[in-house]
Order: sequence, then structure tokens, then C-alpha cells
Amino acid sequence: MTMPISRSKSRVAGVVLLPVLFLSAATLFAQDILRWINTTGAKPALAVIEFRGSGSQQFMDKFNQTLFNDLQGSALFDLRPKSMFPLNNPQRPEDLRPSDGGQGFALADWAATPVSASHLVFGYTAAQNGVLVLYGNVDDTRQSNPQSASLMASRYSGSLDEAGAIHVAHEFANDIIQKFGGSGSLLGSRIYFSSERAGSKGPDEIWAMDWDGQNQKQLTRLNSLSLYPSVSPDGSRVAFTSWARGTPRIMMIDSMSGRALPFYNQEASVNANVSFTPDGKQVYYISSAVGTPRIFVSSIDGQGFRPVSHRDGIEVEPKVNPKNPSLLLVVEGSPHPQIYQMNSDGVGVERVTNGQGEATNPAWHPDGQHFAFSWTSGIAAGNFNVFVMDIGSRTYAQLTHGEGRNENPTWAPDGKHLAFMSNRSGKFQIYTMLANGTDVKQLTTQGVNRYPVWGVK
Amino acid sequence: MKNYSFRFEKLIFALTLATALLAASCGGKKNPLPPPPPTPPPAASNAGGAPAPGRPVVAEFTIEPSTIERGQSAVMRWTVTGSSNVSINNGIGTVAPSGTRRMTPDATTTYTLTATGPLGDTMATATVTVTGPAPPPPPSRNTNNGNRGTLESRVQSDLRDVLYDYDSNNVSDAARTALQADADALKRIFADFPNASVNVEGHCDERGSAEYNLGLGDRRASSARDFLVQQGIPADKLKTISYGKERPVCTESDESCWQRNRRAHFSVGQ
Repeated sequence: MTMPISRSKSRVAGVVLLPVLFLSAATLFAQDILRWINTTGAKPALAVIEFRGSGSQQFMDKFNQTLFNDLQGSALFDLRPKSMFPLNNPQRPEDLRPSDGGQGFALADWAATPVSASHLVFGYTAAQNGVLVLYGNVDDTRQSNPQSASLMASRYSGSLDEAGAIHVAHEFANDIIQKFGGSGSLLGSRIYFSSERAGSKGPDEIWAMDWDGQNQKQLTRLNSLSLYPSVSPDGSRVAFTSWARGTPRIMMIDSMSGRALPFYNQEASVNANVSFTPDGKQVYYISSAVGTPRIFVSSIDGQGFRPVSHRDGIEVEPKVNPKNPSLLLVVEGSPHPQIYQMNSDGVGVERVTNGQGEATNPAWHPDGQHFAFSWTSGIAAGNFNVFVMDIGSRTYAQLTHGEGRNENPTWAPDGKHLAFMSNRSGKFQIYTMLANGTDVKQLTTQGVNRYPVWGVK
Repeated sequence: MKNYSFRFEKLIFALTLATALLAASCGGKKNPLPPPPPTPPPAASNAGGAPAPGRPVVAEFTIEPSTIERGQSAVMRWTVTGSSNVSINNGIGTVAPSGTRRMTPDATTTYTLTATGPLGDTMATATVTVTGPAPPPPPSRNTNNGNRGTLESRVQSDLRDVLYDYDSNNVSDAARTALQADADALKRIFADFPNASVNVEGHCDERGSAEYNLGLGDRRASSARDFLVQQGIPADKLKTISYGKERPVCTESDESCWQRNRRAHFSVGQ
């Protein structure tokens, strides 16, 4: 196929001019993105003391276990081992003093090795008027003055029994996670994905699991290819691409029950790749209704569709910016696909990746300023790694480093974690990691699991 | 597919082994072969010649008229003396020493009469020639449109994959040759199965992103479909389906496998 003149021009620009511009930009801004991923990805080191109870001691085993599990499970923290704790464990802020010779009543004792905690979580519970009351505190151990070190000093109450102890532990843990998690928490969030568990060549169905890989649940039973899920901003709907009726078509389901919701598909050989708008009222998707697959927008049920771009190259993966009326998309390039940005009405199309390799799978960070993507820059075709880019400066950082293929990144609602798929262990499985590429965890093991997308629930 | 052939090989092996074991276990008990039976003297056919003494005489064996058109009938007559056992082949069987029979053969047929006597047989032949066009053959399974299996086997065996270059839907010279052969085969298939439709599937190798390959597979299927339509295949008989890289024929990460996967493939439509 002959390339249109406009694309030949952009190819020349891409080869000759852009690397020069890009290098200078990279030199100026490279520090920004590295600082961003490291502050986003670094984990606070928490020392959580063994809480004791006054008239409620019989419930404290459950309390301590619940608090620890919630904090640990959030994957937000590095929980320091209790065996390294000093002798004295403060229970009230009044217990703290400027120095205690390493015995534990000074914050410095917790900041120092071997504990090396950045924050101390302490407090106690008491039975007061037939109610269980929790006094919970979080202090920054790196502050020398106990008064300015306090991040949280809160009181919680529950019934004077084991259920009450568990309840106040959950509430306290949630508040700590919110305090450190910024925009959102991982608790309750779920990852949707395609899973092939009935042997190779078996059907791919849509599944959901908790953010930590627990409670894996099958949502579809179409006995066909069900791929490329996306989730609405409120987590209530999942859209995906289904071959159940021959050609690839869009299907919409309820994210909890898997029940089918109405969606009108255009007459086309391909309808696929849904992205929801932040208000949850519209979707962007690709359709070949007028020839080469390109971007369309419609209401959430597929009605009122219209094309929003008129390029003649293949366009896939529209990804609506969660903050601004714009989207990222992947456009056929020369030689290979690249990530572009355009306004939500289809104008202002501009390439954001540098033209090298194949750049694909854009995934917005909740801040609408950064996005993760898959890229083959400098490596063999197909050997994708996950990168993150600042849309303003176009600086980027590499998060995975050549362990198999690493593709389809998706941000957690907390903005600190990513899920992605990788075949580093053989078959494709779903992994999570922190925004700086550390703390990689494998969430799936059964069958082949691909195309993760992270929803708030 | 690999699993199937592997299992099949195992089955064959097991059967061979079982047969060999059976033969080996029976070998020891086998009796010596009986001597061959004596060779019978050649049967003399002397119809029309001088009758040998003691043999039956075929006085008459005719079919009138000797030439008929298909659907008409003819009459066979025979008279035999000196035999109590007369038979005529071609489905007639044992008959009285003299008689007639009306017949409507479909095709030219030669009948042989055999009269058995105490000292030997006497044989005679008569032929009826049938003219006219050959009847249509019985309905073949190939013209049975309800038979998916045969349509599937035709689509599978007669239509070749069309191969593409990396990240391309250009129809190369080799692809053009394949598509021209496919167009001819499709014309024959649609002639035999007038109600059939065929899917043109677009497939890709594993290297690009799944989402982009969905678009590329659509283009490959469309380019193959467009070429076939130019060759005279009705567009409404061909439906394009992109599978992107989701249905590979092989999974090795090397160019020979990638090339096999970059293809337009044909399957039976709905």
C-alpha cells in the first residue's frame, strides 16, 4: 500500500527532527519523571506496635491481626518486623519524649536501625461505658519534635466484643491507607481480565479478582473469545470485545453479576476497544463501519454514534483522559504504531511517542498527567516493556526490564500501583507492581490470563 | 491438532502391537496348511458348434428385438434339450428347459445360458443392445447443501491461506497467485453449494499489540475479500472476520511460524 503524502512527511520529521528535540527535552526533564515514579512508588515503612486493651484485652488478638492484615494487604507499606522493636512501646502521645536511649519512648528509636521505620503506628483500646474505644495514632519518626510528628490522632468506637474490635481495626486501617494513598485506596478495587482456563484453544472468558488476586470469579460464559475488557469509572460496568457472534463486537455487562447490558453495535466487521468517559455517560471505541478501523464516540448504550477522527490509518485503543476532554489513541505508523493524543472531538491530533519501535497500550494515571504504555524501543519487535510518560514534558521512565513480554499496563485507583500482563514465567499471567517498577507480584497462576484493567470496585 | 495426531499415532501403535502379539501367541498352535484343491478341467463352451455326445443341446437362445431404446422392452426365448438344469445369469437364475421372459434392461447386456448335462455343460450367449442417453447418476452427497461436513472439507482442502509480510496487508505476487487459485476454487465451491458463504479470516503474528493486530487482521481480511470480489466472487458470499493474533496456527517465536500466522484463512460461514 502506498503511504499518503502527509504520512510520508511526518515520517521524515519523525526520523530527522524529533529525536533531536526529544533528546534535549529528555535531558531537561528526565529527572522529573524519575522523581515522580519514585515518590509515587516508594513505600512508607510502618512500625505497628502490639496494641493492648484496658478491659478489652480479650479482643486484642483479633484487633492486632486485622490491623496488620489490612495494612499489609494494601501493598502500600513496608511493615517492619516486630522482633526488631525496642523494649518500650508508647501507647499514648504523652508517652513520647525527645530521647530514650534507644529504649523506644523516642521517635528516633524507631527511625534508627534496626527498625528503620518512617512512621510509628501506636495506641490502645479501652472499655468505656460498655463501648470499645480505640485511640489510634500515626507519627512521622523522622520528626524530632513529638508535637509536629503527629500525622493522625483519632478515636474510634465499636461494640465491646470481637466484632467491635475488628470493626475499629478496619476503620483505623482504612484511614491510614487513605492518608498515604492519596486519591483512592486499593481496598475494594478489582482487576478485570481475560482468562483461558479450559486448556489451550479453550474459550477466553472475562474474570474479576480482588486487587491482591483473591476471590477470582468468572463473569462470562460465552464459550468464545472474550477479550480487551475495560471498566467504567464507577466500577459498575465492564465492556469487552466478544467473538460470540462471529465478528468481534462490543459487549457490556454488569461488573458484579456478569449480566448483559444493552449495547448497540454498528454494522461492521470490527467493533472493539471501549473507553468510558469520566462521567460514565459516553464511550469511545473503534469500528470499521466506514472502512479502516477508527475512533467513534457514542452514548453508553452504543446509540448516537459518530466518528471523531478521519485519518486513514488504523486507529485503536482510545483512552479517555480522566481529567481533561482529550484522549490517547494508537495510530498505525511508519514503520510501526505510535501513541497519539487528540481532543475529544477528533481534532488536534498529535503524536506523543517518539516514533521508534512500537508504542502501544496507553493507560492514564488517575492524575490525567501521566500514562503508562508498552514499548519496544531499542529492542526486538514484540518484546514490549512497560514505561511511564509525563504527557507535558514527554519524558519517560522504564518500569520493566526485558523479563519476557510486559504489556497492557493499567493503573490502580490509588495511582501508586500498576497491573500488567507478562509471559516472564512462560504463559501470560497478571502481575502488579509499584509505580517505580518495584514490588512485582504475580496474581494469577491458572491457565492463561491477559488484558488486565483495574476498577474502583 | 498436535494432541490429536499424537493420540492417533499412539492408537495405531497399540493396534499394531496387539496384532503382533495375537499372531505370535497363535503361531505355535497353528495346524499345517491343507494341500491345494485339484485344478478343475476347463469348461468347454461349444454353443453353435457340434454338440458333444451326451451333452445338452441349446436349440434356441435369442432376444428380440436385439436392439432397443432405453425404457423399451425385449423378449428372451430359449429352448434346451437333454438337460434338467438350465440357468441364465444376470439375475435371472434357474429356468425351465424352455421359456420366454420380457425384460427392460437399462444398458446393453450379454446373457449367458448354462445347461448342465450328465457329461458336461453347454453354454450359449445372447446380447441385447440398449441405446439412448445415459441416465443421470444417483444424487451425490456433494450436491446436498445441508451437508456441512462436505462443505467444510472442501473449504479446508481447496482454499489456501494467503500470506502477508510483517505489519502489512499488501497483496504480494505470491499472495496474488494464492488468491487467484482461491477465487477459482471458491467458484467451484459456490457452484456445488449455492447457499454457502465463506468467512475470510484475518490473522497476525504475535509481535504487535493485540489491539493493533485486531485492526491489521481486519485489513488483511478486507484486502483478500476485495481481491476475490474483483475476481468475480459475489461480495455477499464472503464475510470478513479479524482474529488479530488470538488464533495462531503455531506458537514458536521464529520467522517461519510468524509467517504462517500472518495470513488470510478461509472457513465456512454461518
